[in-house]
Amino acid sequence: MDFWIVLIKIVCALVWFLLLTLYLTWGERKESAVIQDRIGANRASIFGLRLIGLFQPFADAIKMIFKEDFVPAFANKFLHTLAPFLSFFFVAITICAIPFGDKLNIGGRSINLQILDLDAGLLFVVAMLSLGIYGIILSGWASRNRFALLGGIRGAAQLISYEVALGLSLIGIIIVFPSLSLQSIVRFQGGNLLGFIPRWGVLLQPLGFIVFFFAALAETKRVPFDMPEGESEIIGFFTEYGGLKWGLFMMTDFMEIIIVSSLLTTLFFGGWQVPWLAADGFHWPWGGAWTLPHGFVVLLQLLSFNVKIIFFCWLQILIRWTYPRFRYDQVMDLGWKLLIPLSLLNIVGTGIVMGFLQ
Amino acid sequence: MIKALGYFLEIIRGGLITTRHFVTNMWFHTLKVLGLKAKRSGAVTIQYPEQKKDLAARHRSLHRLTRRDDGKPRCVSCLLCVTVCPSECISVEAAEDPDSEIQKVPAKFIIDMSRCCFCGFCVEACPEDAIRMDTGKVEVAEYRRADLSYDLDKLLK
Repeated sequence: MDFWIVLIKIVCALVWFLLLTLYLTWGERKESAVIQDRIGANRASIFGLRLIGLFQPFADAIKMIFKEDFVPAFANKFLHTLAPFLSFFFVAITICAIPFGDKLNIGGRSINLQILDLDAGLLFVVAMLSLGIYGIILSGWASRNRFALLGGIRGAAQLISYEVALGLSLIGIIIVFPSLSLQSIVRFQGGNLLGFIPRWGVLLQPLGFIVFFFAALAETKRVPFDMPEGESEIIGFFTEYGGLKWGLFMMTDFMEIIIVSSLLTTLFFGGWQVPWLAADGFHWPWGGAWTLPHGFVVLLQLLSFNVKIIFFCWLQILIRWTYPRFRYDQVMDLGWKLLIPLSLLNIVGTGIVMGFLQ
Repeated sequence: MIKALGYFLEIIRGGLITTRHFVTNMWFHTLKVLGLKAKRSGAVTIQYPEQKKDLAARHRSLHRLTRRDDGKPRCVSCLLCVTVCPSECISVEAAEDPDSEIQKVPAKFIIDMSRCCFCGFCVEACPEDAIRMDTGKVEVAEYRRADLSYDLDKLLK
């Protein structure tokens, strides 16, 4: 029975993840269109039914599947095929440590709405996101194309420099919420500050949030930081890819957006927590309480998690469609000279404050 | 440091501009979906095959040949349009007309639309007002090149 529960959880999480990824591609096209006073993809239809282009992701997927699976004659065939799957796998696996909600009590069982409650869940997610670099370097190298190789090296240099700031900005969170398990970090954010402000990570770690946000944006390698790709001018690491393999790289990008959004939500915005909602209902700070049935509370928590994630996806797409690309040296400057000192400052400041509080 | 702060403020301002565009456009889209009256539409897009932009009054579109009151083409095969045409896409073959007032009519009048540059010189040159470019048709596309040479029947329609 436990096996089946785990299997159902994995299937649900993956379906949620992939559907959100697919619709994020649609969402990005629509959001960019609305920002630029356009309409966006709305032509894909099934039997004349258009529904503002909601079938577009499936049309794209079908197109990509039926394209020729081309490997250049000069490329290393095995590694060239392996690279997109590597980078897809390392992003897709991070979803297993993300908590979607609190425990669901059903049929006398208590099901943790998280695939795997790892003790070191935070480290696991960060480690897997870092391993995604291997896919990029490998794709650049296996293509045996000098420009693709340069793109891969650029990507590696950028991601390594931001990895440090990303990791260091999380130290503050680990000091404040003394745990590495993402579920207990979320649980800890359930309380209130001064009796009425939700104790979310962003209020306890504002500097850590800013550093993490910028580092995570760089981590997704999208426009303000799209050194590895450079869609319009400089040639990127997936130059020699086409069809479904290229599609895997693109999906990896969108999955990274979702993972970064869920990390931001989990660490800094209370994860599945709804302000003032406890396991038995709302406890208003001005007194009084609403008692809610257990199923409804779980539903609210899932909803809250999804709304927060969608907000952060929206924000990242907005940023991608607002700002031009940083120059390579500016990206390095921002990473090494600004974000890393700021994150070190954050660690020292958090340490001093926590020392005084104890 | 102060300079960097200025950059940072401008970055925030840029983000606010795109947010403003997003919010106002979404507001108008929502009004339209709800069926309420909106001040403007949420996008400047014209959904082409369904909606078409009105052509200007003097827009030069596909040619047509005009007719006399009795239905015969006004053209008298003077070949002025053939002479003036810069892309040499008009070819006219004359035939005799029994009416001594008219004397000549076109036996063939062919415009090769694949070569026409829609300059309108033929319309300017015509002394008989026999050719005009006011049909309002702008979608001149065919699957075969041969279909693009318009003859007398097609032009008189």
